[in-house]
Amino acid sequence: MKYILMMNTMRTGHGVPEWLKKDLQTHIAFMMALNKELQESGELVSAEGLSFPDQAKLVRAGKNGDPITDGVFPESKEFLAGYWIVDVDSAERAYTIAAKASAAPGPGGAPLNMPIEVRPILSGPPPEMH
Amino acid sequence: MTKPWDATSEHLLRELAPQVLGAVARRFRDFSASEDAVQEAMIAAFAQWPQQGTPENPRGWLIQVASRRMTDQVRSEIARRERETAVAAETETLAPPVEVEADMDPDDTLILLFMCCHPALTPSSAIALTLRAVGGLTTAEIANAFLIPEATMAQRIGRAKQTIKASGTPFHLPSAHERAGQLPAVLHVLYLIFSEGYVSSIGAHLQRLDLAREAIRLTRNAKTLLPENAEVAGLLALMLLTDARRAARTGPDEELIPLDKQDRSLWDRAEISEGIELLTAALAKGAVGLYQLQAAIAAVHDEAGRAEDTDWPQILALYELLNRVSPGPVVTLNHAIAAAMVHGPAKGLELLKALDGDPRIGGHYRLDAVRAHLFEKMGHHEAAIKHYRLAAARTTSIPERNYLMTQAAHLAGD
Repeated sequence: MKYILMMNTMRTGHGVPEWLKKDLQTHIAFMMALNKELQESGELVSAEGLSFPDQAKLVRAGKNGDPITDGVFPESKEFLAGYWIVDVDSAERAYTIAAKASAAPGPGGAPLNMPIEVRPILSGPPPEMH
Repeated sequence: MTKPWDATSEHLLRELAPQVLGAVARRFRDFSASEDAVQEAMIAAFAQWPQQGTPENPRGWLIQVASRRMTDQVRSEIARRERETAVAAETETLAPPVEVEADMDPDDTLILLFMCCHPALTPSSAIALTLRAVGGLTTAEIANAFLIPEATMAQRIGRAKQTIKASGTPFHLPSAHERAGQLPAVLHVLYLIFSEGYVSSIGAHLQRLDLAREAIRLTRNAKTLLPENAEVAGLLALMLLTDARRAARTGPDEELIPLDKQDRSLWDRAEISEGIELLTAALAKGAVGLYQLQAAIAAVHDEAGRAEDTDWPQILALYELLNRVSPGPVVTLNHAIAAAMVHGPAKGLELLKALDGDPRIGGHYRLDAVRAHLFEKMGHHEAAIKHYRLAAARTTSIPERNYLMTQAAHLAGD
């Protein structure tokens, strides 16, 4: 069963660009190690980090179908910073991985305990067994 | 001398894989490394045979290539140790002479099947290893079938082999007594492979391995190797009788078509006859197990020319038996459906109440979906809409969700 683990960060005040070099390195090393661990456990489908919100554009179709882009959209307080897709034997295992990612080290090495949204990825229906 | 590559060659190659692995593993006494070596030999065969033709002795060819890999690996391991310890070793004695016709044992495929479905493995790793070591599939094909990266699948298989190694399971056929104990696990893995063929069928238009067909092939082999076992035959019958309806199960937009609305002329008659024949022979052997009972239920459906001709009293009786042999919430659920068909939807809804407090199925979409159907049959449209929508919110299948939302919309629009 595949799950997506979506890592949310505060849109403003997450302060990642201002972290100390040491803290950034610890954080990056943690994420690399986590990805390696999931690959070696045979569970990683994909993992991607996303750009900061200032690179984000909100796109809608105009009258003729052309894209109309807006700049930064301030509606939500949180934004998606990155995600993992894992293929695991149980939902509990997906939660365990999410908890691990949530505790990624932040400033001073303290766990960030970021909210990670875990959702099943939809599949085809099982065979028609009776 | 070679034979041209044709449609049967690929099948032959895959059938040879476990036999070759058995021969190499017994010779080198290292299952994990031998399995890697056979995988490399398989990949080499897939690269060369279609162009150059199938060798005169395909089995010998594969054993030779795999054994050479093993010898090379042993040599390089010795060389590494020599560099480290500066102790000379006689490498020649480590390369056993390659006698390709020796070492064949018809039980090898069976040994491998029991090994790969080892109870210490998680279902996903048992499935992956079985497909590679017993099914003769490449890592890339398996990864593609499950829509995960090849590197991840390779790690999953590697870890499965480490688990088996750590368990100390020897490479020999379990005793009849042990086999009886382990067979349910083996059949369950085969059943899961079959199911996975449907679950991961999204985007099936892409060129992908058909896992349901692979499961049928592996179960067919298991049946040949365990001809006296009625449950193996029962499982094969169940797969065939279910797979027979595949073409009728989805519409042009991959939308789900329920059993009572299917165009039965699309059902595969050959699969149905084979399934019924297998089942009849299996039931005659006595001890009736859960796969035979499920196959019997599938057979009753398959034998009905029209949905309204379905012999529901017989299905109800079979569920009552199944409930005794293998009780569980899914059986209770299906039993309630059959009871509703015989005694009316109110009876079905009453039986479903038993599942409300059951954590194994309490919040599961199937419970809501069945309730919705029964309320619809009673003409209680509001309750039906509510349960269709609850089920749609809870299912993890896209076609199922579309179906449930459409049902709710249909009732809401009346």
